This record gives sequence, C-alpha cells and structure tokens, in this order.
Amino acid sequence: MIQKLDYLQESPSQTAGPYVHIGCMPNFAGIDIYGGDLGAQMKTGAVQGQEITINGVIYDGTNTPLRDVMIEIWQPDAAGLFPSANETRGTPDPNFTGWGRAPGNMETGEFMFDTVKPGAVPYPDGRMQAPHITAWIVARGINIGLHTRIYFDDEDQANAADPILSRIEFPSRIPTLLAKKTGEGAYRFDIYLQGPNETIFFDI
Amino acid sequence: MSLIKQTGGYVPRDRNWQPDALTPAYKTSIKRSPQAALLSFPTTLSEESSPVFGHKLIGELDNDLILNHAQTGESAIGPRIIVHGRVLDEMGRGVPGALLEFWQANAGGRYRHQKESYLAALDPNFGGCGRTITAGDGSYELRTIQPGPYPWPNGMNDWRPAHIHFSIFGHGFAQRLITQMYFEGDPHIKLCPIVDALKSQKAVDALTALLDMHRTVPMDSRAFKFDIVLRGQRQTYFENRKEGL
Repeated sequence: MIQKLDYLQESPSQTAGPYVHIGCMPNFAGIDIYGGDLGAQMKTGAVQGQEITINGVIYDGTNTPLRDVMIEIWQPDAAGLFPSANETRGTPDPNFTGWGRAPGNMETGEFMFDTVKPGAVPYPDGRMQAPHITAWIVARGINIGLHTRIYFDDEDQANAADPILSRIEFPSRIPTLLAKKTGEGAYRFDIYLQGPNETIFFDI
Repeated sequence: MSLIKQTGGYVPRDRNWQPDALTPAYKTSIKRSPQAALLSFPTTLSEESSPVFGHKLIGELDNDLILNHAQTGESAIGPRIIVHGRVLDEMGRGVPGALLEFWQANAGGRYRHQKESYLAALDPNFGGCGRTITAGDGSYELRTIQPGPYPWPNGMNDWRPAHIHFSIFGHGFAQRLITQMYFEGDPHIKLCPIVDALKSQKAVDALTALLDMHRTVPMDSRAFKFDIVLRGQRQTYFENRKEGL
C-alpha cells in the first residue's frame, strides 16, 4: 500500500440556527450572564484615528431583512495593525479590540458597528490592500458562515490599486463591497444574499 | 529555533466536504444562499489574525450549564452529562486558547429565546449557554444536561435531533466556524434536513459525539467525547516566495 496523508478534515459546518444569540450574545437574547456580550464594544478607551459607524441590513432573495442574523467584523486599527497575538509589525492601539459582533435588530434587521476607519494592510506579496474590514455572517438557513469584506467608497485610489478588488471578474459587482459614506464618519453597508445586487462572498 | 517557519497561509477550505449554501430540503436555505461563485484567494493578514480572548475572561461557572443560570442550591433538570474533547487543526495539532461558545435547548427541547414558540416548558434554572477556552493541548470540557429533540417548521413533521451548537474561534479569522454536535444513536439524525446538508456519512459521523464511559462520573454524570477540527496553517522550510522569484 502506498503511504497515507494523515491529515484531519475540518469539522463540517452546520447552521447557527435562529437562536445564535443565546450562545454568542446572550444578554441581547435576554439572558443576564457574563456581565455583557462579547464584541459589543470595539473601543475600550480613547482610540486613535477616525471614529466611524457602519450601519446596514442583510437581505434575503425576497428582499426581506434577516432579523435573526449575527454579523462579526474583524479589522486592524487606524495604523493598520491587528490587535492579534501574532501581530509582529508594531504595537496596536491598546484601546481598540478590532473585533465586533452585532445582531440584526429583531424588528428591522438593522445592524450597527461603532468602530474606527481601518488602516491599510499589505497583501502577502507586499502590495498594499485598500482599507477594509473582514465580515462574517451566520443565521438560520445559512449552512456555512459567509465571508465578505467591507471596503470604503471614499477610497478611490486605494481601491483601484487593491490586489483583490482589481482581480474581480465582473467589475459591475465591485460596488457590492463598498460601504457608502452617508455623512461625516458614517457609512452604510447593506448586504444582499441573492439577486441582481448579490454581495460578493469570499472563499478564503 | 526551528527551521520550520509558519508562513501563515491557511489550507483552503474543502468545499467538496463542507455543506453547500443551497440545500433545498432545508427550506430556509433556498432564499438565503448566495448564487454567484465565491471569490477564492489565498488568506492574507486579515484572515491570519484573530482577536485575543484571555483565560481570565472566563468565569468559574461559564462552562457549567447545570449551574450557571440556576438559583443558589438548585440545578437544571435533565440527564446530567459532561462533554469533552480537543480542538485540533487539520495537521492534528492541538489548538490552545480557542474560545468555544455553546448553546442548546433544555431537556424538554425548549430554547430560552423570545422568538421560540414550542410548547415545552422552560426550566427556570437553565439558561442554555456557556463558554470556555481550550487548555494548552487544545482540550476543553463542559457540563450540561442532555438537550431534548424538538419540532421545527420546515416539513409538516420535522424534528431536530438532540444537539448542542458550538461556535469556535481559533488563531485566525479564516478558522471561524459554527457547527452542531449530535449524540451517538439518536434516530433523528438520519431524518433531519439540516443534518442532511452534510455531504457524506463520514461528515455526519464527524459531528456525532460518542458515549465515553471512561470519563463518566459514577453516580453523577455520563460523558460524551466531541473533537473539533479547525483549518490548518501551512508550515515549510522555505520562506514565502518573493515577487519575481
């Protein structure tokens, strides 16, 4: 018999279901425990850089808002440094967690993050990526979490040079990855799971 | 210093093994599944980094669902069980410091949630959520009551097998995973449209916890073993290829 590759298979994903809040944001679900929900606050003090909010709604294929969704975001600080154990390029902002978790409102589906505008981070080959936030979406009916990215529509130059945005096969879909500036420090990022405006999701 | 360097890149997710977005027997997936091809590219710093959750985050009873929502001197009702196992990566290495969050229905199959409408009774001493962080070898343990099966609106008479939901944070956002643990021998497993989103019996087995009599506490709690595997990170003797080489 020839040799074997003794790798394990990643655990298969299953849907987070309609009650993901119980496990991941129990206080939002009305269960008073842990002294607060993880990811509810991304700032733990005075932060460096521009403070911004990102609001949005996640729509299904009938344009109905997902009211049982949970969305997580992960991003570097304003200087482009990640508050991660393996960050070796510098010391990230000590008052910024980089990680946020928000529910869709149970009536409207609207989510909101109170964060900072991320700095740019290099691609593995050294080119700079445009400022972006990684997003991950789970809900009832979603069998495996959906990865996407939030870029910014007021970063034309950086977006044009971005190694990922510039290799998207259908440029008409790029705007689905751009948060739209709606005011000073305010952005809107709606997500469409299906339809003509379907958001680009990543296999990453 | 080891000659082997972590280059940081994660092994691609096996989409032939993971469930598809569209699984029509699970009806909600029909309008919630993306239809365009996913955009594939190698992981970058954004996916190879992850928030830090320290052990001091975790309270004494956070991984004990029998007590963490109970009045003093009382405990949740149902078959007392311990669930234990290890979080590993695809190379078989233990993943230390991984945050596990878990949630489940009570022994009657009822969740504590405002949108839950099943007629089974709530247990005032059971909240249904817990969390823990893996030890240096990737091991974890929790104590709970065995959840009950429950009906759900999909087909006219669909019932979920008893299950515990797990959310897992490893060392890179690329590893982020939510899944469900089932119990060995549950006859509902092969009837469930959500389980059926899995593509093979091997995948179902990978989510089925075995009764573990070695870890059972006599006259107290039975035990089930459930290992979780996260995506692996490449290792090589060679540095990353630079542009032009």
